[in-house]
Amino acid sequence: MRSNQRRVFAGAIALAAAVGLTACGDSGADSGSGSGQIELSIGTFTEFGYEDLLKEYEDLHPNIKIVHHKTGQGGPYHQQLLTKLAANSGLEDVVAIEEGHLPDVLDKPHLFNNLAEIGPKDVKPERWLDWKYQAGTAKDGTWVGYGTDIGPLAMCYRKDLLDAAKMPSDEASVKAMFESWDSYFAAGDQYAKATGKAWFDSASQIFNAMQNQLDEGYVTKDNKLAIESNQDIKDNWDQVTAAAKGGQTAKLVAFSPEWNAGFKQGAFATKTCPSWMLGVVKEQAGPENAGKWAVTDAFPNGGGNWGGSFLAVPKQSQHPKEAAELAAWLTAPEQQVKAFEKTGNFPSQVEALDSPELLGSTNDYFGDVKVGQLFATMAKKVGKAQYKGPGDGKIQENATSPALQAVEAGKSPEEGWQQAVDAAKKIVK
Amino acid sequence: MTTVTRRAPHQGVAPAPPRPPKLTWRQRLSNMDVKWSPYVYIAPFFVVFGVVGLFPLLYTSYLSLFDRDLLDLDGTYIGLGNYTELLRDSQFWNALVNTLSIFVLSTGPQIVVAVGLAALLNTRLRAPTGWRVGVLLPYVVSLVAVGIIFANLFGPNYGLVNGILELLGFDRVDWQSNRFFSHLAIATMVNWRWTGYNALIVLAAMKAIPKEIHEAALIDGASAVRRFFSVTLPLLRPTLIFVVITSTIGGLQIFTEPKLFDAMPGSNNGGSSNQFQTITLYMYQTGFETQRLGYASAVAWVLFLLIIVIAVINFLLTRRLASTGVEDDR
Repeated sequence: MRSNQRRVFAGAIALAAAVGLTACGDSGADSGSGSGQIELSIGTFTEFGYEDLLKEYEDLHPNIKIVHHKTGQGGPYHQQLLTKLAANSGLEDVVAIEEGHLPDVLDKPHLFNNLAEIGPKDVKPERWLDWKYQAGTAKDGTWVGYGTDIGPLAMCYRKDLLDAAKMPSDEASVKAMFESWDSYFAAGDQYAKATGKAWFDSASQIFNAMQNQLDEGYVTKDNKLAIESNQDIKDNWDQVTAAAKGGQTAKLVAFSPEWNAGFKQGAFATKTCPSWMLGVVKEQAGPENAGKWAVTDAFPNGGGNWGGSFLAVPKQSQHPKEAAELAAWLTAPEQQVKAFEKTGNFPSQVEALDSPELLGSTNDYFGDVKVGQLFATMAKKVGKAQYKGPGDGKIQENATSPALQAVEAGKSPEEGWQQAVDAAKKIVK
Repeated sequence: MTTVTRRAPHQGVAPAPPRPPKLTWRQRLSNMDVKWSPYVYIAPFFVVFGVVGLFPLLYTSYLSLFDRDLLDLDGTYIGLGNYTELLRDSQFWNALVNTLSIFVLSTGPQIVVAVGLAALLNTRLRAPTGWRVGVLLPYVVSLVAVGIIFANLFGPNYGLVNGILELLGFDRVDWQSNRFFSHLAIATMVNWRWTGYNALIVLAAMKAIPKEIHEAALIDGASAVRRFFSVTLPLLRPTLIFVVITSTIGGLQIFTEPKLFDAMPGSNNGGSSNQFQTITLYMYQTGFETQRLGYASAVAWVLFLLIIVIAVINFLLTRRLASTGVEDDR
């Protein structure tokens, strides 16, 4: 009897414990307590090169302890970021946000602290390239993110393949070839006719670069879909699909295993190359193709940017001021130059672009070209930040890119365009 | 007589029925123990199920009545709006057809081969455990690894499968953009992983068939084939129903395979024209990429109902198919 009674009691406890366990989930990054010690957390993805810098910051600020959460891949990281923003808990004090995911975040500036208000007063927008600063600012003027790195665009090309096609491969002629999109596609046509091989890796890689050069993205400033109303987008589409149908595309989806194999096989002769792409080319093309790839500081119709990130302080943070100070320190030119030396992430700060460490850096895989100087030049060619409304990145990823892929697989350009428009309409209503 | 019975309650003078002897506190406790303890013992399961199973299910149905963005904490109530939109959504129907096609291409052959494999494993083999573990090996391999490797094998330009096809004098196949062939490739992935697992379950059921029945059939002069169809198969019926229903549930929820098969890394599109986007993939895309939680919840519920319907159909079908030859229908 008594033991039964006890069992009932134990059962009740187990039940309560089960409920209690599920009730109190992870309360997320919390402040450290006692003796004025502050615990800050920072979330990054892939490689930001911050490990040593964070230790340095802790040494400089003995009252601050930093917890670094690293996620391997950008995709899952940003999905988590959005879910935790929605749940209004669990986010780090400082979060990294990649350019492509920024529009969704900038659409909800109220979830973030305005860095103009809480950030150190000596950190001015002039620290960054203007277009980078603009890109991190919401429509209502909230300064959401300090810029970390950028991905200025240049052109990579295979010297030996140009030679084989009996086309000029010296610096000056190549620059003329990459002067405008018209000259680029004309050269591509010549190359494709001479060799029967592809000029670029995939249509969407070219189209995205062209799209980014427009004044306005897929979504207008008042959040309306621009894909049908903006004739420039359609013109770009027609030009790219015509080139693709003319045999200029290798039809390799970027970053797929087949695309990797394409580098080894020499399946295409040119590649749009943001600064970080050099590492990808080297890794995929491998040592057997060393010395064949070259990069030049020319890009059709000026310049462009692909990639780069921002550091933001969400409203959920318990220590927004300290978090903003950390973010400001990390994105200072000196620190970003150190990160560049570590990972090759190209700094977005004006001063950093003139630092001797950056200007002196070379890349042996691309024939010892002075890459620092080259991409600094290209970074300054980027005119202004294109306004990207919410859904812009998704349209690129889920509307135009798949549609271009479908055109490469055999759909007519008009059918493909219709597919892209329909898909875009589903994304932005 | 009638008057008496009618009057009795009104008058209330009838003697009270004999009261049971008053229970002691301990006795009552003991009664309670007998009555309620079993419920307390099974409670942990139901509490956990309630929290991680039932609650999400109900909350999803609640959410499906709202137009709610992921970052928008309170949505607007739109009643069945999501469901009516879903019925007109061509991408949903496309995903439904893809799912059913991949499901048929995988579950059908898989079960036939699994039964055949089990029959082979049931014969006298040297080192039987070795063979049995062998067919189970694909099941051990991580699903993501399977996805990546098969996506490589079925690469349209540099894939091994196309290389072999070409070597044998056939045309190259575009495993990515051709709708049917992409389904075939994904079904191959599913079959490779699950056939052995199902074969082992069927094998266990085969082992449980009494030897006497086979001996009796043998004495009656039945051939091995005849014995398989008239004795083994009918007696496998309960197991086959189990296997069919579990693979229906799994087959209609295929997600990882098409997601990893897509050439665009991390894409939820299921190919350039959604040619192999399954319902779960579409649901995931709607919820976490397009961030329409309400609509995604509606997709989830429709999928749930669909699985129940198809599982019931399969149950009825399997019952009929496997009962050929034996008359008793319990």
